[in-house]
Amino acid sequence: MMRPVLNLLARIGQGVMEALARLGRWFVFMLGLLPALPASLLRPRLIVDQLYQVGVLSLQIILVAGAFVGMVLGLQGYSILATYGSAESLGVVVALSLVRELGPVLTALLFAGRAGSALTAELGLMKSTEQLAGMEMMAVDPLKRVVAPRFWAGVLTMPLLAALFSLVGVLGGYAIGVGLLGVDSGSYWSQIQSQVDFREDIINGVIKSVLFGVVAVWIALFEGYDCVPTAEGVSRATTRTVVNTSLAVLGLDFVMTALMFNV
Amino acid sequence: MSDAAACVAAPESMLEPLIEIRNLSFSRGSRLIFDNISLSIPRGQITGIMGPSGTGKTTLLKLVGGQLRPDAGEVWVDGLNVHTLSRRALFALRKRMGMLFQHGALLTDLSVFENVAFPLREHTRLPESMLRDLVLMKLNAVGLRGARDLQTAELSGGMARRVALARALILDPMLVMFDEPFTGQDPITLGVLVRLIRNLNDALGLSSILVSHDVAETLSIADHVYVLADGHVIASGTPAAIQADTSPWVRQFMQGLADGPVPFQYPASSLQDDFRLPPLQEPSS
Amino acid sequence: MRDIWVGLFVALGLLALTLLALHVSNLLSLPSGKGYFVTAEFDNIGGLKVRAPVKLSGVVVGRVESISIDSKNFRAVVGMNIESNYSIFPIDSSAAIYTSGLLGEQYIGLSPGAEDAVLKSGDRIALTQSAIVLETLISQFLFNKAAEGDKK
Repeated sequence: MMRPVLNLLARIGQGVMEALARLGRWFVFMLGLLPALPASLLRPRLIVDQLYQVGVLSLQIILVAGAFVGMVLGLQGYSILATYGSAESLGVVVALSLVRELGPVLTALLFAGRAGSALTAELGLMKSTEQLAGMEMMAVDPLKRVVAPRFWAGVLTMPLLAALFSLVGVLGGYAIGVGLLGVDSGSYWSQIQSQVDFREDIINGVIKSVLFGVVAVWIALFEGYDCVPTAEGVSRATTRTVVNTSLAVLGLDFVMTALMFNV
Repeated sequence: MSDAAACVAAPESMLEPLIEIRNLSFSRGSRLIFDNISLSIPRGQITGIMGPSGTGKTTLLKLVGGQLRPDAGEVWVDGLNVHTLSRRALFALRKRMGMLFQHGALLTDLSVFENVAFPLREHTRLPESMLRDLVLMKLNAVGLRGARDLQTAELSGGMARRVALARALILDPMLVMFDEPFTGQDPITLGVLVRLIRNLNDALGLSSILVSHDVAETLSIADHVYVLADGHVIASGTPAAIQADTSPWVRQFMQGLADGPVPFQYPASSLQDDFRLPPLQEPSS
Repeated sequence: MRDIWVGLFVALGLLALTLLALHVSNLLSLPSGKGYFVTAEFDNIGGLKVRAPVKLSGVVVGRVESISIDSKNFRAVVGMNIESNYSIFPIDSSAAIYTSGLLGEQYIGLSPGAEDAVLKSGDRIALTQSAIVLETLISQFLFNKAAEGDKK
């Protein structure tokens, strides 16, 4: 009779232990990476190489997704606003939802899927083929040489991608609202300019995306660095990167929205 | 210990050994991998470390390189206690050690040339022309000067190991550690690797540790051999002495016998229990 | 080759940030700090918010900077920053709170007076008209209707 209960308790105990161990490794990773960060700025070559991998290769999906999200916002926003006779506010709806929320959040989610998973897989592969251990034996610190440049590239990339996403989205909304649905072009822009605040909306959106960048790239690098160095371990780590980043970004977004926009 | 050193006839044995491992114990989880082992690696020679898979031969190299910490005991390399060194001093020591990983561990995003140049780029500020000459010299030594522009994905397993060897040699180390260099190579590549290891060791005045379970190749080039099993050194001496060893375990390993002190069957319950056979009858007449 | 792409990417990203700042926000119309500050008292400000525009004849000439309550007479005090190139308001100008459209945002509309002296920083606009609150309007309307009904 007691057996299933005991088994359940044992499983919970194991889960807690595993979670604590992971948390411990996470902290060790963080403490190891922090001192490696400033020095790696002295080697911009490495960061530029990673900017290509992390940033340029993510451009396509970000631009396409941004345009479509903006166009959908244009369609949906128009059909709702038109019922209240205030279709000329379409620009505000599109711009505010992009700049404040959808830009940073969707960019971070897409980043996790495109660049984050690639970072994890790359690091995991380097670990499983002993490249990281090999570097250590060559007296090269992989945290400095491999991880830190990728971290900087990710953190730099995220706000740029989010800005591109928002801008393309606003233009997509313009194409639909003004081009297709007949909203007045002048009022689209003037409404945006009078309602979107530089400090409260744009700057806060940039702050959000920088923070998301830190979180997303940190999770991706940790999962790759910490993975079980086998083919299965790498694929599991890649999945964990996408799931954990998405959850972390969405949770963090709620907290930051609550703090920033005291509604 | 001193007996083992005495077995080596070469004059270098007079010198203090390059590596001294004293009473080393190491366990992974609940499994004891090394149980209080001691061995020494002489300078200028090739020392073979043999044993079946899973006896922790690679682990031994990682302990020497300071990538793992022992539970007890000490590892002295060139007069330095590896596990008491600061990180900086450990890195300085590692620059004098080259390690050849089992599959080469070449950096996949770099070309052959850049892989060999990697330690120089990281640790020195040499002018590009001198760096190029150094890299090509090492590549030439392993016979791959012409392969400098290949990507690592285009290399065969044997070529990858030779590139890794060139990389391990680029900082002119005092010691090179080979982790299973022969595994899975065709006979020609095997011959090339064997000759390379021997020639480079002698020409460059290196000391080499050769971890392998390939009996013939290891015996053919090693000056001195340790055989490890179950966390102990079970035999050591010159290749000739090892081959003449009469202990059943060493004989099984050297000759590749299927059954012996290492049983063919993984430990299991008795045959009768497993197949639910009726208890053995008295032999009927 | 990759460097070109990275350069292009960073340039595009920065351009997007700049365009967002300049074209998709009020950065250009933010008070440059070189304005002057006047206050006005209202009985009821309705839904007026800080940063709401201050307009003259429909042209934005400033922004609402602060909203507070005068603790003596319990009226709302609205502080607004008027851009310095509009230092043309006679001191008997009046301020009113309007709504743009039926559901739009509320703003302050200024109407110029006739005096020669102009408003300076720290002055108070004396003539004000409060926000029209829909409920008040409706109850007034009903009250009037009832009064008419009584007369008949």
